[in-house]
Amino acid sequence: MNIEGVDKSKRQFLTSALTVVGAVGTGYIAVPFLAQMQPSTKAMAAGAPVTVDISKMEPGQLIRVAWRGKPVWLLNRTPEVLETLKTLDDQLRDPQSSESIQPVYTKNPTRALKPEIFVAVGLCTHLGCSPTFRPEIAPADLGPDWKGGFFCPCHGSWFDLAGRVFRGVPAPTNLEIPPYRYISETQIIIGEDTVETSV
Amino acid sequence: MKRLLNTLILLSLPFGVFAGGGVKLQSADFDLSDKSSLQRGAKHFVTYCLGCHSAKHIRYLRIALDFDIEKDKVLKDIAPEGANIYDKMNSAMNAHDAEKWFGIMPPDLSLISRSRGPDWLYSYLKGFYSDSSKPLGVNNVVFPDVGMPNVLWQLQGEQKPVFKKDGDQQVIDKLVTEIPGQLPEKDFDRMINDLVNFLVYVGEPGQLERRSMGKYVLFFIFMIFILAYLLKREYWKDIH
Amino acid sequence: MKTNRWTDCGNWVLDRFPLTKFWNEHMAHYYAPKNFNFWYFFGSLALLVLVNQFVTGILLTMNYKPDAKLAFDSVEYIMREVHWGWLIRYMHSTGASAFFIVIYLHMFRGLLYGSFKQPRELIWIFGMLLFVALMAEAFMGYLLPWGQMSYWGAQVIISLFSAIPVVGEELSLWIRGDYVVSDATLNRFFAFHVIAVPLVLVLLVLLHIIALHEVGSNNPDGIDIKKHKDANGIPLDGIPFHPYYTVKDLVGYAVFMFFFAVVIFYMPELGGFFLEHANFIPADPLKTPEHIAPVWYFTPFYAILRAVPDKFAGVIAMGGSIVVLFLLPWLDRSEVRSIRYRGGIYKKALLLFVISFIGLGYLGTQPATPSATAVARVLTAIYFGFFLLMPIYTRWEKTKPVPDRLTEQPSLEDRIPDLVETFNEVTVKTEGKSGLFSRKLNYQGLSAVSIRFLKRIKGSLD
Repeated sequence: MNIEGVDKSKRQFLTSALTVVGAVGTGYIAVPFLAQMQPSTKAMAAGAPVTVDISKMEPGQLIRVAWRGKPVWLLNRTPEVLETLKTLDDQLRDPQSSESIQPVYTKNPTRALKPEIFVAVGLCTHLGCSPTFRPEIAPADLGPDWKGGFFCPCHGSWFDLAGRVFRGVPAPTNLEIPPYRYISETQIIIGEDTVETSV
Repeated sequence: MKRLLNTLILLSLPFGVFAGGGVKLQSADFDLSDKSSLQRGAKHFVTYCLGCHSAKHIRYLRIALDFDIEKDKVLKDIAPEGANIYDKMNSAMNAHDAEKWFGIMPPDLSLISRSRGPDWLYSYLKGFYSDSSKPLGVNNVVFPDVGMPNVLWQLQGEQKPVFKKDGDQQVIDKLVTEIPGQLPEKDFDRMINDLVNFLVYVGEPGQLERRSMGKYVLFFIFMIFILAYLLKREYWKDIH
Repeated sequence: MKTNRWTDCGNWVLDRFPLTKFWNEHMAHYYAPKNFNFWYFFGSLALLVLVNQFVTGILLTMNYKPDAKLAFDSVEYIMREVHWGWLIRYMHSTGASAFFIVIYLHMFRGLLYGSFKQPRELIWIFGMLLFVALMAEAFMGYLLPWGQMSYWGAQVIISLFSAIPVVGEELSLWIRGDYVVSDATLNRFFAFHVIAVPLVLVLLVLLHIIALHEVGSNNPDGIDIKKHKDANGIPLDGIPFHPYYTVKDLVGYAVFMFFFAVVIFYMPELGGFFLEHANFIPADPLKTPEHIAPVWYFTPFYAILRAVPDKFAGVIAMGGSIVVLFLLPWLDRSEVRSIRYRGGIYKKALLLFVISFIGLGYLGTQPATPSATAVARVLTAIYFGFFLLMPIYTRWEKTKPVPDRLTEQPSLEDRIPDLVETFNEVTVKTEGKSGLFSRKLNYQGLSAVSIRFLKRIKGSLD
């Protein structure tokens, strides 16, 4: 084996060049392999926006629909409920909704596009159970301070009828609000904004 | 380079691999990159075929994306009434009724172009002829005793077979038009080619993208080959 | 030596794990003969393809559904709706066929240079076990798409087991888990294909390579390079595997990947040989396709099976065609390893064997007409004759003197002037066109070159 006359710099250059190109190639092949795990069209289809007809909703009624495998609530709020919401601020952890997840157009005191219809993801922000709907005032099991809201049975978190979380309960943030918009006076589409965020 | 590759591709196809039982097939003439042909083909499929045959592996959304059409336009012009953009091309026919009427559920056509081949499909769709001995009044030169009616008879017209002697048997030599249809033959052929084009697309929607990507991949690998070879030669200068 | 965090970290591992020892023993100080040629690429290529099958296989398993009602549709789901699913599927299906091309060429190298002979019999045995495991893996993997060919191919092959007297029917029932190939069969084949057989394959690959490194590699001259060592105990004709063969194998990988990509991106079905047309129809237990043929890589053995008129005897013959390969180290009685120094009889016998293998392979894809069966029978006789007559013709043939040291053969680069000259002789320049297509075929030149080439082949067979 002849070691004399070995052009070390040429070897070094070629090795480096090949390593770089090889690394780029590995990156190219890694992209499809990793992208493969992204949600497929089937998952996107299953997660497609859901249209809800609210024309027959009674005042005080709650509708539940499924969107992306999660329960979404639509609540027809009465004027009394909307009044009560204004009185609860000092009992709430985040009355201005600065920490919670909601679209920019629902960052307002009633947390809705139109105050009468409240839309929210029906999952407790603590560990994901679905809270119960307790619109009644001061029931026996919840005590005289209950002014109507959502009560999570798993660990006892309290949310008001704008999905805002109370102080002193395990849940850290207000209920999440999904993107939604009104297609017409009587139809809401959950999962789609005013800017089309579809596939 | 393209010619070389085409030759390679041709050489890799054993002849007659798609042959329909010894019948000579006519060549389909289609271009997968012709989006307007694909759109017409999709419309023909929905109009004439979807009533009985599903193409359940393709969604209308995919058609919108691949054919460069707005989703609303697909739902208005191509998809049947009331379809959702995420829907698959399912047929309204159910298995129970199909078996009662035809004896068999019409097969899903998503992959028919990959199992039968485009030339077979083209020849089949053009190969119906009048045969009074059959329950539906038609037979097919490529698929004898087929249970499918000639859905396109009004456009194609009616054909009758011309026989010739092969040994001591009568075989069909060709089909001639007995009663002309609404479309002249050239237009009917074009329609069938559009339909076959669409079915080839449905068989593998990604094939255009796949083929166009190939040259970049091959070029890149070739670069790696050059570098690796130079490196090998450099090291092997040591060895005598 | 200046130490930094990295070297300290490295040393911490090296003090507790024999990484350096392993690297030296198997790469940097593993001395391989310096004359490895084209036939010596296929071992490391097999490793590359194995890795490909593993990675693409795992990705496919993320989306495939091993249920008779869902399997076929899940494959189409992967092809159309999973991002890059089509690429992963084609890499896996092309990889399966590529695996067999590589392995058949790898085994042929053994036949050419006597790599199965003493002291490498165990390497050959492990290799044959790998071949059997690979066939099982491919057979079970082929059921998974649940197409017509998947279903009926499995049905036919598993029913072969019922030909075994006494236990046959029970055995088939036990393999299938049902009276016919069904969901039960699919599920267990999935378990075997995804985890059981791959574990066996990895184990056997390790055993195969360890056995190889214990005795050292053979070479195209078939001589023992360890016979002549220098003062340091290093074979005079040996070179360290790393960097020389690692860098050479990289070139081999690049060439392989090029052809691999050509198939995947332009002709993944390869005319129905890599992905069969009938398999695009969902499995239908009530309707058998017109021609049932196994995938191309099984067709030689399938042809042998069909050549024998009796069902059980056919199964024995098919099994025997593999068993006889196991016995090769003991059937070959020649003192000489490499074909370069063997007598003319072995060379002609090997050529006949190749013709019979390819011929049987072709016949296996065709329907079994009487004339095709007759030819298959002749080829089967040649196939078995190559092995069973070997103790006779290898013992008594006249071999050439085997050199003491490795011979120097012209490399590909050295041959380029000759190739250019031949190309010029075979073509003639035409006016009007330029570049690659400026030369047209010259029939006189072609026939002259062909005659010379055939004469050389005839000469080499003596």
